Amino acid sequence: MTTDLVDTDAAAINTAIIEARMRNGMPATGMVLSLVIDTEEGDHYDALRAATAASRAHPARILVHIARGSRGSTRTAPRLDAEIRAAGESGPGEIVLLRTHGELSQHAEAVVLPLLLPDAPVVAWWPGVGPERMCDAPLGTLAQRRVSDSAAAPKPLDALARRGQGYCPGDTDLAWTRATTWRTMLASALDEPFDQVTGLQVDAEKGNPTAELLALWLEDRMGLPARRKVTKGPGITAVTLTLRIGEIVLHRPDGRLATLSRPGQPDRSVALPRRELSDLLAEELRRLDPDEIFGRTLARLGTERSGARREPSTST
Amino acid sequence: MSVPVIGEGPIGGAGNPLRDPGDRRIPRIAGPCGMVIFGVTGDLARKKLMPAIYDLANRGLLPPGFSLVGFARRDWADQDFAQIVHDSVKEHSRTPFSEDVWRQLSEGIRFVPGEFGDATAFGTLKATIDELDRSRGTGGNHAFYLSVPPKFFADVVQSLKTFGLADPVPGSWRRVVIEKPFGHDLLSAQELNRIVGEVFPAGSVFRIDHYLGKETVQNILALRFANEMFEPIWNRGHVDHVQITMAEDIGIAGRAGYYDGIGAARDVIQNHLIQLLALTAMEEPVSFDAASLLSEKLKVLSSVKLPSDLAAHTARGQYVAGWQGGRQVRGYLDEEGMDSRSTTETYAAIRVDVDTRRWAGVPFYLRTGKRLGRRVTEVAIVFSRAPHLPFASTAVEELGKNALVIRVQPDEGVTVRFGSKVPGTAMELRDVTMDFAYGQSFTESSPEAYERLILDVLLGDPPLFPRHEEVEQSWRILDPIEAFWAASGRPDEYIAGTWGPRSADEMLARDSRQWRRP
Repeated sequence: MTTDLVDTDAAAINTAIIEARMRNGMPATGMVLSLVIDTEEGDHYDALRAATAASRAHPARILVHIARGSRGSTRTAPRLDAEIRAAGESGPGEIVLLRTHGELSQHAEAVVLPLLLPDAPVVAWWPGVGPERMCDAPLGTLAQRRVSDSAAAPKPLDALARRGQGYCPGDTDLAWTRATTWRTMLASALDEPFDQVTGLQVDAEKGNPTAELLALWLEDRMGLPARRKVTKGPGITAVTLTLRIGEIVLHRPDGRLATLSRPGQPDRSVALPRRELSDLLAEELRRLDPDEIFGRTLARLGTERSGARREPSTST
Repeated sequence: MSVPVIGEGPIGGAGNPLRDPGDRRIPRIAGPCGMVIFGVTGDLARKKLMPAIYDLANRGLLPPGFSLVGFARRDWADQDFAQIVHDSVKEHSRTPFSEDVWRQLSEGIRFVPGEFGDATAFGTLKATIDELDRSRGTGGNHAFYLSVPPKFFADVVQSLKTFGLADPVPGSWRRVVIEKPFGHDLLSAQELNRIVGEVFPAGSVFRIDHYLGKETVQNILALRFANEMFEPIWNRGHVDHVQITMAEDIGIAGRAGYYDGIGAARDVIQNHLIQLLALTAMEEPVSFDAASLLSEKLKVLSSVKLPSDLAAHTARGQYVAGWQGGRQVRGYLDEEGMDSRSTTETYAAIRVDVDTRRWAGVPFYLRTGKRLGRRVTEVAIVFSRAPHLPFASTAVEELGKNALVIRVQPDEGVTVRFGSKVPGTAMELRDVTMDFAYGQSFTESSPEAYERLILDVLLGDPPLFPRHEEVEQSWRILDPIEAFWAASGRPDEYIAGTWGPRSADEMLARDSRQWRRP
């Protein structure tokens, strides 16, 4: 059941949430976190769909902030409209769409704060690029985990660089989440005895932020520079670890099936599909403490990019 | 906040530069390996094993090149078997079906037709495995899953030995997986263990009790040992008694041959309920590795004592025709293929005591049955009444004992039952419940028990598998009861769809207690 409240405030929304719960006969809640999504009218459908799917694994109250009109315009009168979808319909928690008008758009945290679940952790997600410094953004200050997606930016590598400059522990980016399946396969490939690694190479589409993070991570772990080779994609197409004799290659030409080859052994195939948004988000919600490995990998990006390769596009 | 999870040690071997204990996104994947399933035509293989293998593949947790060999008495080619796997996966898998994952998995599917004692067939099996090592790179690592009745175990493991299939070349492994029943009494369990133990070392034998793979069962340890609020009252000072229930609403439909002569106690109490008892009653293990868990479980199981008067403290029953949940069902003796004079029990309830400082004087009641009110498995810790109630006796008339209920299935979660004031003017108290529904949310996407267990077999991670010492301890507990029942005539009758025979209620009434209605 959906309740629409026009020109309302957080207290009225809370009342409506409790009433809806009582009506459905489920006053107790089993939710483990609040997920705050900051998005636009045009994007909220996809984001919400992914969040709902992810909340099946991590039951959450989902609060979606949609800024109406141009953000923070003083010409429109400040107003809050809310759409409350009762718990139990699409997921275990309720979904509240908060549409802010006028100046209120800049103060979304004031609307969200009273609606957070008591005690439970808060995750903020910007389905797009996200603010410069997520931990200083009004909604970001409420959250212990902040998620953006550099891949959604027109220039993903620049967006990633900015993420690195404004990084706070607890920040994460879906470009990094997309690297998990690759990292898993590579790590397990090295569980078997291997010869000394002398070279690294990552092949990917031009400007793919996940490939860059994967290369940085490999450089960090192996203490070797990684070559980046541009291919037609899709996404990452291969990772090569050069050994003294031969090489270990994880090759995925079609974005679906990969082949792992290593010297002296038959090739092995493995499904390595590109993952759905809901799947990525569910992975982000699994651990709510800062991802130190991501922090370290991003820090390398800072040092590399401010060096000879290219000046970062923002300077202050 | 870190909750202990059984068997989740530090990941990665030393020396792998890509592994970091701080990197918790990377799951553990087994090295190159394959699995051979004996008895692929059975229900278990079709409904649980093969779907679980697919789900693991879909979650990216199977190693590249993983291979699956089916072995059964069928005249099938590889493609026929692949079709069977395909259908069972489509019907029963937990995760969505993906053509890519399937294509990759199906490349490694083989079938070997034959009898369990047939030399030619095992020769073919050996050739098949060697071929997989060459073409798929399974590296000589293979797990043999015996999804067959125990009477075939001896044949299968002996043939594995004869053909050198049980002996790994250095640097690789061979493991065997067996399902319950682990014997029907202490002697047969020891015999079974001898048969398997002659061929496979103890560390390579994985006994599956799928209950131990369930999230909620593992959560018993998290609940007890990761929290401050439960463990201090988890003892005789505050606990009145413990009830462990596994109730099924189904009968023995079609399984008369298996079930008759076995009965509820051997089928369920010996493995599932005694494992639940061990996890509920054991002391805190030093760590969550297999050895520490085993030693705590063995300690508590060896301190289990049976009541001296078995007639007063055990009960058994057999269901008769009734209207279960609105459907007319036949009685046990009228089931198809049943011996009409059978004295096999379909309901069993026993009292045991745990002779330790923590539990002295706290009875543990275990019960299980078929055709009971509804399907439910739970562990209920029932607390003593408050030592003093500063209310008028009329106010507390409806107040029961506090209880903490761990709901294992179907509706996984935790319920706390406590007294609360009835809204209104007078001071009146009654019991209310507070629910934590783990199930609704977590079970859908949390791994099914078999996935977790198969993964652990491939990783060689033993904490979730009962060792033969535990199996023998549980038979030590059950054997005297079975002997007593065998000598005392027929089980009592109960109407299908009810909560068991009257004798079970009387058994608790003798201790001034009563069964919870789950």
